[in-house]
Amino acid sequence: MIYLLNLLSVMIIPIMITVILIYGMMKKIDIYEAFVEGAGQGFQTAIRIMPYLIAIFLAIGIFKDSGGLNLFTKILYPITNFLGIPREVLPLAIMRPVSGSGALGVVKDLLHTYGPDSFIGRVASTMMGSAETIFYTMAVYFGAVGIKNSRHTLLAALISHVAAVFASIWVCRWIF
Amino acid sequence: MMNRIWIFMIITGIGVAVITRNTQIINAVVIQNTQEAVLFAIGLTGIMAVWLGLMNIAEKSGLIKGIGRIMGPLIRLLFPEIPKNHPAISSIVMNMVANMFGAGNSATALGLKAMEQLQNINPYKKRASNAMCMFLVINMSSIQLVPLSVLKIRADAGSLNATEIIGTSLVATTVSTIVGIVSCRILERTY
Repeated sequence: MIYLLNLLSVMIIPIMITVILIYGMMKKIDIYEAFVEGAGQGFQTAIRIMPYLIAIFLAIGIFKDSGGLNLFTKILYPITNFLGIPREVLPLAIMRPVSGSGALGVVKDLLHTYGPDSFIGRVASTMMGSAETIFYTMAVYFGAVGIKNSRHTLLAALISHVAAVFASIWVCRWIF
Repeated sequence: MMNRIWIFMIITGIGVAVITRNTQIINAVVIQNTQEAVLFAIGLTGIMAVWLGLMNIAEKSGLIKGIGRIMGPLIRLLFPEIPKNHPAISSIVMNMVANMFGAGNSATALGLKAMEQLQNINPYKKRASNAMCMFLVINMSSIQLVPLSVLKIRADAGSLNATEIIGTSLVATTVSTIVGIVSCRILERTY
């Protein structure tokens, strides 16, 4: 099962490309022309999202590298401790929605310190695999189409993230 | 909301840097991270162009309509405001498939295409539609089946069973996606 999933992960993009091309050939489309015509819009999209990317990378960089994120984590600690989040994984729970590469770095440290097969190591791995970056995704997706009012998106995403954090802890307690 | 978070991050960051006498780090970040952002956007251009090209082929061949017809009923359970057989349906399907199998950048390219199509049927161009909010919340709750990057660092750290977290991740991500969908449904009435 795991082998199959791994195989599919590597194969999915080639499969999607092949299906699109073969179906296009069967319908006698001028594939090359159609591809180039569509691809031409790639640049515009990249340029449109660039200012949003710069804004969000800047804010995240300053917040993270200055130590602001650490301070924020320390302030939250009494509350999350009360809620049963292990102290060791709290920095990861906070970092995960902010920065994907930052979170991966935190997981690496945790695996190194506590061991990948420890409870902390398993919770950290599960959390990393079950959550996503939020701020950057929102900035890019809404920025690309010029949405100014994102309504309930951030709140719902944060609720979902908190659910991922608790689910990771509970499922590891339960299974291992 | 984004506005406040942005200011909060920058002001807190600069404040902490000043208190800890570490302001030179801000200068480094301003240069380095903005450069990273530009490089990232340029890097995304290639994969963006590839998928926009492929999607154009799929549109002309009628594949998009076909996917829309087959997957429409399922997708419209989550996004009831998308009209029947609308091209956004197949972009959303392809984005989700790419996400499930961890093809992050392809997923982003397809996701941006889906956002564009959702914007076409959005009556208020500056305000996110229910479908957009739902689409983003699902995207941000991670629906990846195999977290390959995690497996790799687990194996590197000498785990005896690196893949044992696939099951737990799947459970956790299913819970978080369902919670995200339900909160979206409840919150969209009040926002």
